[in-house]
Amino acid sequence: MMQFTCPHCGPRDQAEFIYERTVDAVVSLDAAPEEAMKSLFTRNNPRGVDEEIWRHTYGCRAWMVIARNRVTNEISATRAVGPEALP
Amino acid sequence: MSQYSAFGLLRGALNGQKHWQPAWRDPEPKSHYDIIIIGGGGHGLATAYYLAKVHGLKNIAVLEKGWIGGGNTGRNTTIVRSNYRLKPLHDLFEFGLKMWEHLSDELNYNVMFSPRGAMFLGHSDADMTKLAERGDAMRCDGIDADLMTRDEVQKLEPLLDMSRSARFPIEGGLIQRRGGTARHDAVAWGYARGADSLGVDIIQKCEVTGFVRDGDAVVGVETTRGRINAGRVGICVAGHSGHVAGLAGLKLPVESQTLQAMVTEGVKPMINSVIMSQSLHCYISQSDKGGIVFGGDPDNWPSYAQRGNPMVMERAVAQGLALVPALSRLRMVRTWSGVTDMSFDGAPIIGETPVKNLFLNGGWCYGGFKATPASGWTYAHTLATGKPHALNAPFALDRFERGATIDETGSGPMPNSR
Repeated sequence: MMQFTCPHCGPRDQAEFIYERTVDAVVSLDAAPEEAMKSLFTRNNPRGVDEEIWRHTYGCRAWMVIARNRVTNEISATRAVGPEALP
Repeated sequence: MSQYSAFGLLRGALNGQKHWQPAWRDPEPKSHYDIIIIGGGGHGLATAYYLAKVHGLKNIAVLEKGWIGGGNTGRNTTIVRSNYRLKPLHDLFEFGLKMWEHLSDELNYNVMFSPRGAMFLGHSDADMTKLAERGDAMRCDGIDADLMTRDEVQKLEPLLDMSRSARFPIEGGLIQRRGGTARHDAVAWGYARGADSLGVDIIQKCEVTGFVRDGDAVVGVETTRGRINAGRVGICVAGHSGHVAGLAGLKLPVESQTLQAMVTEGVKPMINSVIMSQSLHCYISQSDKGGIVFGGDPDNWPSYAQRGNPMVMERAVAQGLALVPALSRLRMVRTWSGVTDMSFDGAPIIGETPVKNLFLNGGWCYGGFKATPASGWTYAHTLATGKPHALNAPFALDRFERGATIDETGSGPMPNSR
């Protein structure tokens, strides 16, 4: 099992987290229909690193962005998102 | 190519079985093919076979980065069925099931198709209503389906825990008696042997690393064994669809996830049919060697690792043991995982792409094996004529932007939010 480092709780088993989608799949509220369609229905889906949105569902319930290699499962960066991540 | 037969086997018995020949050649790639298929799995090999057999094309190559049948063709739970709810899926998978019924004869290769019955379990009144609805939909399209009472389920599978205190009580089931299992490797090998004998070049250890473009058209591929020109190129690489299409600048409605399966030591026959629970997402069958094959949910996050998370295996096995407690004493001998290309409506994509001369067959999620013959048949038609066959026309790549998704599970744009 992978281990993620939650920006709020520290290292935790992956079982506590739920995968949501990738950063490029977030639909901005003012997106044109074609852009919204692309964000909803297409993915870069790289055989390498992508930025993924995960939620610490069975912990602090906060969202975070995790840059993970999808072949080796190596995690290169984790950052908090949402109002709590603002300065 | 010599025909396999019982007589040949007997004759071989007299001369020490020295007559066996390789079932397919190992050719060097030529500089040009009319059609190149990327991916030597069951689907790609079936496509090549039907291109040669049905459409009479001769100059065809299948390029495989590893060895044929080494991807998802060799990593599934070998279940064959056509018990879906929506018409486009009925048409495609039932066409495939009818092909399965004659596939061994067609290929002169025993694919060990075993129509032992594919049974969905119902665990509640609501489950039974859904199964009845599914059965009705199937029968309206001429596909066999029988709703089963609790007693009928128990009679077919006496080892199921039918007690009222069971973790997952069983209220009944829905069976497609013509469904069953097949020998996965034999499907790849049978199609490979058939295609090779019709002149198709099957080129293994040849990975496509890029596309050769002329304006807006693809005119060839760059590979680890050099450049190969092509009239038309068909992508048929399952979990790696997104990666290969990305080489041509395409972004697909697909996310690659891991799907795991596992098998126990061999035991005497104890599971008679294919037992499936869609409420739990658990699949149990017994291979012809006697091993109990388990399948479950995908890992539900993107991965190309071809290895899965024990947490997901544990869930699948826990469900299986709750359904059939007698399995608890068996030792698990092998687990494996495949990279599945999860499409955003759960249905496959077969057809043209925005790039001229480039075609796509992918997005099979966790349900590609059963469709192998139908996938090959329709993709061959599409590659030969440049236009989709009536059976795969609904599965066009642009159906998402047109709002014409084939949404069997109603899961919307997130395959992991079932």
